[in-house]
Amino acid sequence: MGTAEVTNVSKRILMCGNEAMAEAAVIAGCDAYFGYPITPQNEISAYMARRMAEEGRVFIQSESELAAINMVFGASATGKRAMTSSSSPGISLMQEGISYLAGAELPAVIVNVMRGGPGLGNIAPAQGDYFQATRGGGHGDYKTFVFGPSSVQELADCMPLAFDLADQYRMPVMILADGILGQMMEPLTLDPKPRRPLPPKDWALTGAKDREQNIVRSLWLADGALEALNKKLQARYREIEKNEVLCEEYLLDDAEIVIVAYGIVARIARAAVIEAREEGIPVGMIRPITLWPFPSQQISRAAEQFPLLLTVEMSSGQMLQDVQLAVAGKAPVLFHGRMGGGVPSVDELLEKIKELTVSHKL
Amino acid sequence: MKTVFKRSKVLKDCPTHYCPGCGHGIAHRLIAEVIEELDIRGRTIGIAPVGCAVLAYNYLDVDMIEVAHGRAPAVATGMKRTNPDSIIFSYQGDGDLAAIGTAEIIHAAHRAEQITVVFINNAVFGMTGGQMAPTTLLGQVTATTPEGRQSNGQGYPLQVSEILALLPGTVYVERCALSSVPRIRQAKAALKHAFELQMNGALGLSLVEILSPCPTYWRMSPSDAMKWIEEDMSKVFPIARLKG
Repeated sequence: MGTAEVTNVSKRILMCGNEAMAEAAVIAGCDAYFGYPITPQNEISAYMARRMAEEGRVFIQSESELAAINMVFGASATGKRAMTSSSSPGISLMQEGISYLAGAELPAVIVNVMRGGPGLGNIAPAQGDYFQATRGGGHGDYKTFVFGPSSVQELADCMPLAFDLADQYRMPVMILADGILGQMMEPLTLDPKPRRPLPPKDWALTGAKDREQNIVRSLWLADGALEALNKKLQARYREIEKNEVLCEEYLLDDAEIVIVAYGIVARIARAAVIEAREEGIPVGMIRPITLWPFPSQQISRAAEQFPLLLTVEMSSGQMLQDVQLAVAGKAPVLFHGRMGGGVPSVDELLEKIKELTVSHKL
Repeated sequence: MKTVFKRSKVLKDCPTHYCPGCGHGIAHRLIAEVIEELDIRGRTIGIAPVGCAVLAYNYLDVDMIEVAHGRAPAVATGMKRTNPDSIIFSYQGDGDLAAIGTAEIIHAAHRAEQITVVFINNAVFGMTGGQMAPTTLLGQVTATTPEGRQSNGQGYPLQVSEILALLPGTVYVERCALSSVPRIRQAKAALKHAFELQMNGALGLSLVEILSPCPTYWRMSPSDAMKWIEEDMSKVFPIARLKG
């Protein structure tokens, strides 16, 4: 019992992204995992089936993603730390439950290892679920906290933070990974991060022993009651936008082109930045680590300082809209995207950068 | 003077929003009395459905949650597995359990989840305005079967309890009714047995189906509604212990 935890902490180990997220969740104190098989994230549930049993915690392979997210809903309502994982089509099925989690103010951690869409799509990596993740996704006016990590180390690092943020702000938190990040193996160190001070879960359903009844609900029928809840949620979202943005700025100082990219695309873009600089083209990168809250201020500042921004995504241009909103016309924003499981290569990006230096006379 | 009847301490002292002659109020009272008699208020968590009973937490004074339509057995699973000492019950109507939530109830039973399910069957969707339910009888007129339900095109009344009784994961399935005082007393005994099974760690799901009157959408007087349960509904849904 617990030996894997001891040996896995603070040592350099080699894991695939899916397993790294799973182990990091175990270390973060995840009490229960619920999931339904779907490629390319199956390593998470296979890992959790073994590890949660070792720890005496809960693992259930559910009958559907609908059931999985509602099992999370139930466990979370009793104050336990619960998570699920899936990939794009499965995450679509969970949207009803995610909306209920947001409405009922329940914490939850949801991993989406994105694949190509729409429809059944394919099992290749993609970033086509950005809108669904960052705009809420289900019905109603709500947000989920969204991480867009770009390495196996970062996938693991954001798990304990995700559980803490979910508990602190009482909301669903999503890790938006992709098929490459989930499958690729990299060395990493699993450290239990220092915990945030968290509020007591005095709202949890534990049985009304010697206290008044607790109710977890998202139905508010009285005149103005639902608007009041929405105002409370929106105030919380503004607080998060102010305090919880994470982003990396890479080689910006003298940049003439600033690439904006997240997830695995940022890894590819980083290599393109290095190669472009070797050829004398000063390129930098802003890499959002939180996709909501979005690093709008950092990007707005960049638009004032640098001549040109280039957004690169594995989508038709979804994060692009957040970049354009942040830039607000202060600089040209160009786009390079691949879709349906297409992955941009370093050479492809380098070519695009060279094109821009000519077309924009940099 | 001897007190022969009083409101259960687990039932709040307030009027309900239910229509005159509705069975939900009776069913709520029976559950409250059982929870009080078994002394489990301090470790019970109830799950309210989407449907007329969505506000059950306004009447039952236990920790409660309101969940998405049909998903109560999945929510109950998440609660019970992480809190094995808690007593978890879901309260679901025929739209919730027999239509949109069939996958969740079948699979919770199939996994032998140690939860208690109270299934209120009134053969109609009440809250949305009296549409056909899976349990609507053949010939029964509803908002969406204006000519009466026809098997050809609208299917047959779905006997979910009989299906669930076949699964090895259920330990107890009984169908009761609220159509007379003896029936109501039997329903209470069944509910008590279902909760006791969970308290004793019985290795499976216990379910009590309750045939319950909906005079509003049956377009009947409350007393005719009671008669209709006895004379019509119970022919399709036999009032009997189906398992355990």
